[in-house]
Order: sequence, then C-alpha cells, then structure tokens
Amino acid sequence: MSSQFLDDRRRAVNRTVARTLVVLAAMCLFSVALVPLYDVFCEVTGLNGKTSSQAQSLSAESADQSRLVTMQFITRASKGLPWSLSAETRQLRLHPGQSAEVHFTFRNLGDRAYVARAVPSVSPSEASLHLRKLACFCFENQRLAAGERFEAPLVFQLTRDLPEDVKTVTLVYTLYEQRVSLSRSRASQQPGGET
Amino acid sequence: MASHLPPGSSAQSHQLETAGTVSDTHYAGPKGLMRWLLTTNHKEIGTLYLLFSLSMFFIGGLFAMVVRAELFQPGLQLIQPEFFNQMTTMHGLIMVFGAVMPAFVGLANWMIPLQIGAPDMALPRLNNFSFWLLPVAFTMLLATLFMPGGAPNFGWTFYAPLSTTYAPPSTTFFIFSLHMAGISSILGAINIIATILNLRTPGMRMMDMPLFVWTWLITAFLLIAVMPVLAGVITMMLLDIHFGTSFFNAAGGGDPVLFQHLFWFFGHPEVYIMILPAFGIVSVILPTFARKPLFGYASMVYATAAIAILSFLVWAHHMFVVGLPLAAELFFMYSTMLISVPTGVKVFNWITTLFRGSLTFEPPMLFALAFVVLFTIGGFSGLMLAISPADFQYHDTYFVVAHFHYVLVPGAVFAIMAAVYYWLPKWTGHYPHLRLSQWHFWLSVIGVNLTFFPMHFAGLAGMPRRIPDYALQFADFNMVTSIGGFLFGLSQLLFVLVVVLCIRGGNKAPAKAWEGAEDLEWTVASPAPLHTFETPPDFTPHRH
Ligand SMILES: [Cu+2]
Repeated sequence: MSSQFLDDRRRAVNRTVARTLVVLAAMCLFSVALVPLYDVFCEVTGLNGKTSSQAQSLSAESADQSRLVTMQFITRASKGLPWSLSAETRQLRLHPGQSAEVHFTFRNLGDRAYVARAVPSVSPSEASLHLRKLACFCFENQRLAAGERFEAPLVFQLTRDLPEDVKTVTLVYTLYEQRVSLSRSRASQQPGGET
Repeated sequence: MASHLPPGSSAQSHQLETAGTVSDTHYAGPKGLMRWLLTTNHKEIGTLYLLFSLSMFFIGGLFAMVVRAELFQPGLQLIQPEFFNQMTTMHGLIMVFGAVMPAFVGLANWMIPLQIGAPDMALPRLNNFSFWLLPVAFTMLLATLFMPGGAPNFGWTFYAPLSTTYAPPSTTFFIFSLHMAGISSILGAINIIATILNLRTPGMRMMDMPLFVWTWLITAFLLIAVMPVLAGVITMMLLDIHFGTSFFNAAGGGDPVLFQHLFWFFGHPEVYIMILPAFGIVSVILPTFARKPLFGYASMVYATAAIAILSFLVWAHHMFVVGLPLAAELFFMYSTMLISVPTGVKVFNWITTLFRGSLTFEPPMLFALAFVVLFTIGGFSGLMLAISPADFQYHDTYFVVAHFHYVLVPGAVFAIMAAVYYWLPKWTGHYPHLRLSQWHFWLSVIGVNLTFFPMHFAGLAGMPRRIPDYALQFADFNMVTSIGGFLFGLSQLLFVLVVVLCIRGGNKAPAKAWEGAEDLEWTVASPAPLHTFETPPDFTPHRH
C-alpha cells in the first residue's frame, strides 16, 4: 500500500470533515433562526393565537347583519399569584364589524402588592388576526396593593373578514406575575412582536 | 484474506482478557484500564459502546420495572407520584440516548470498517473522545436522582414550561448531560460519514455497500441535521431557567408551543435515527439466512433516503391537539401517511427476499423475523395515530405508549439483538449457545407482546399515560402488562448469560460463520484480529 494512497485518503477525509462541519454550522444557525422565523410566521398567520400588543384603531365598516359570532371570555390566574380576574359577562354575541365593550375586574387577594399582567390568547388561532383591540388592560402591567381591586375595559371589534366557519371566538386571559427580570425578556425587546 | 493478517493474531481475541493475557504481537500500547481509556481501535471502541449500551439498557430497564411494579394494581402501593414521574422520565431518556443510540454507534464502529474493507474509522482519536463523553454524561444524568428535588420528572419529551418554570433544580444537570450526549452523537456521525465516503476498499462503489452501511450513512446525516436543533432547544431552556429570557414562557411573551415545534423538529427525525440502522441490520440478516440476495437493493436505498427526507416534514403529528389550523392538521396528517409508502416498500422487499428462500432459523434470523412482524404492527398503530381526528382521542393515552414501544423494543432493540447474535461469532470466535439463545428469543417475544399488546386496549379505552394510578377498569390490562414486563426484563438476564458464555467459549466459528453471509467482514478470521484490512482487500461486487 503506497503512501500516496494513504495521503490521498487523508486529504479526502479532511475534505469530507470540513464539508460536514459547514453543514453542522449551518444547522446550528438554522436552529437559532427558527425562533425569529416562528415569531414572524405567527405574526403573519396568527398561528399562535396572539393578538397585537398595541391599541388598534376601529376599522370603519358596517356590521355584517347576516351572521352572529359568539365571543367567550375565560380568565385565570397562574400558579402562585393570588389574584382573580373576572369579566362582567362570560359570553356575548355580536355581528362581525360591530365593536363592543366588556369590563374586567382585577382583585389582589394576597397580603402584599404584586405586579402582574393579563396575557391574552385567542382560539381558534385564525381569529386572532381579525380581533382588533381598541383598548385593553393587557397592553400594560398592573400593580395592585394587598386587597386592592381595579376595573378596566376591553374594547374590541371582530372584523368582517372573519372566516365564515368561525362561529365562536374564545379569548383567554391568564394572569402572570411580572418580575424585575422582565426588562431582559424578549417581550420588552420587541414590543411590536408580542403581547 | 488471511495473508493480510498479522502473524499469530488469528487465535487471539482482544476481548479475551479473562481467558488469558492479551498477546497481539502488534500491540504495544498501555495495559489494563488505560488501554481502554486511550484506545483508538474501532473494534475496542465498538465493544466499549456496546457494553455501555448494555449497562444503560439494564438501568433504564430497572426504572421500567419500578414503573410496572407500581402499575401492577390500581392505587399507590410502592412509590410516590413524584418519584413515579422521575422513573418514567429517566427510563425514556436513558433508553433513547443511553441504550439504543449508543448500541447502534457501537455496531457501526465494529462493523462499518469491516464491511467496507477499511483499516479503522477515519478519525480514531475523535472516536475515543465521542465514546468517553457518554459515561460522563450519563453519570451526571443518573446523579440527578440523588439531588435535592429529585431527577427530571417532566417526561422524556421535557415540554416547557414543565421543564423550565416548574422543573426541579437538577434540570440544569440534565441539560448539560444531554449536551454532552449530543456532542458525542455529532462527533460519531462526522466520523461515520468520513469513514464511509472515503475509506471504502478500491472497487467498492456506493451502490455496492451493505445496507447496514447505507442506512448508517443516512442516519449520520440525520444526526448532523437535527442534533443542533436539540442543542438549541435545551440551550433556550437553560437561558429561560437561569438568565430570565422568555423563549417558552408566556408570562414574558414567549410561547410554550414553540418548544413543541422545536422539540419535534428534532424528535421525529430522532425516531428514524433509532430505526434506520435497524432496517439496515435486518436487510443484511434476512438475505444471509434466506440464502438469496436482498430483493430490491436499490429501492431499499432510495426508500431509506425518502424516509429520512420526509422525516423533516411531519413533526407536528405529535402536536395535533395544540390547536393547529385545519390546513396544518391536514398537511401533517397526509405527509405522515406518505412515510408509510417507502416503509411499505421496505417491508415488501424483506418479505420478497424471504419468498422461496432456503430459510434456516438461527438466533439472528429469529430476531430479524420477529422484527419484521412486530415492527409492522408498530407501523400500523402509527398510521392510526397519524389520522388527525382519531388522534384527538388517542393523544397521550397508552395507545401511544403501545405504538412507540412496538417500534422501539421489538423494533430497534430486537434489531440490535439480532445484530449481536449475527456478529458475536465474528467478535468472539464462538457461536452463541444455541438453546439458551432460543430460550432468550422466545421468552423475549412472549414478554414483549404480553407487555405492549394490552396497552393498545388500555389506551383505546382511555387510560392516560404518565400516571401512577388509574381507574379500576384498567386493572386487568395493567396486570397483564406488568407480568409481561417482568418476564421480558428477566429474560434479558439470559441475554447477558449468552453473551458472557460466548466470550468465554463455545463452538468455534470459522471466518465465514454463516453459510449465506456474503459481506467483507466474513473474509477475516473469527474472532476478528485487532487490526484488519491494513491493506485494502480485493472486492468483487456480488449480485444485488
Ligand atoms: Cu413523529
């Protein structure tokens, strides 16, 4: 076996390893890029049921009298946060294009002050692109002293282009305690992207 | 071939330290423990991988026995629910990353150079490093059992935020150990690709390679492609836990569903990483004992490649109930079903290989035949789970547990055992004890079916997975499953006995240990000397 043969093999191996490492590096970059890609994809398609984190304007259109959509509200507090959130009505029916106002009441049932935020999620997710919020308490954090109570309105509109097969839209608010470290979170770095 | 062997080496086995001194005349490295720590020989590293995998198989199996003992009857008898969750999680993690994957890497190390006529792996020192990462990684993972707060308890899929916000403190060690196991897999994959592409003996074209080599080449590419995604997702978990980011935390604007997308983008190709080499093994063993060439060699290669490519397009079939839009449900349902086409091609080719063959039923053949039948059952239940509307019912029930255990135990694990029985004569120079091997096979087959078949019914009746207690109507199914589980577990002790006896002695095997075996490894002496094919062997392609 000539040393020429061995040298050729060694060179070929090195070339293959170099190429594999390039693929590996590309896949590493790709896996990091999947996160922003997912965010953009969700923003465009509404896939993850998130709504805009800023107040939107009323889209001026007449109500679609031909159909009624049921709008449901579910509220819940996450583990370890002694708050309650309740809606004045659990469900209402409205025409697409019409706007409505619902009042929500926050209560701090704990014995100290907390900062928390109600994070919305819409189901089915296709509806999230057609839910316009004109005013919402979910755009900012709430700070409530022990025993304090706070009432805030949600003003919203379901636009007329809501798909025909959507008969019920469920809006869930989950209360999450907000800690100081929030300033480092992705949410506050890209205020437009998330709620 | 014998003329290429170093003089005096043919009667030695490097493994036979118990039987006498190691006296390979070419060997001048360190002795004892340091020899194994520093070895760069593909056969020794292959042996290390296989022994490591076997010990992990028993540790993971022990955890499964704890789970089955608790589920023997309804109610809580033996362990607390918290510990039960740690047992199911550790069982899954150890079996996937510690037992099945290293076993295939061990087989690759031993057999790929022998099957392509190469003197060793392309990167021997890297090979040593990738192996020794594993004991460190899994010692760390097992150590979490003794840490405050206990071991990981969130299931082997470690969904966030269970594995971040609500996880035990030991999760950080879990992340590091998975990182290490991942690096080991990536380095192993690079090595295997470099070996297969460059070290084939002159004259062996890609389409002449044995299918075990082909399937491993494709598996290695899958590893390179998805291990970085796993590394990325656990790094994001680490950042969420310790550095206040909110990748998967809804409170900070993140999305737990993102975790599932990323995890299964890794996870589905991962299940093919665990089965493609098994396809290769079966495709090598069936022709040997049917004494016929493999039917449809080229279509086997293309089917393997097709499965690998499709595996990137089906991940969300694990997530049918997270609230995907209708279009996505349909896409992932149909793309998943599409995979059954290349898989069906494979099963068809295996059966056609057997058709009119002169079959004999040596232990490797028994396991390979059981693989074909039982893996196909697992494939069919997979097809049922792929039907998105039906999956709303099956999701997270024991039906899913039955499905993936059918493809992993009588699938991947039986293929590994078939491979061990097939190549033991080459490794040790002796045939495994025939009667004991047959006992091992039949007890395993009965045990496996007794364990996993009733799970289908429990699942269809609505029994959820990952629970330490259950409603009374599931009691009979669970008792049968537990009895089957103990039987399967105990019969694996027989496997160890067979392997130990085979290393110590037994009927001597000639170079060509099986009458119908055609590949290059059967041209070197049994046991294979420490160094083989230092001069590339002559190769004449046999008919495919
Ligand atoms: Cu899958």
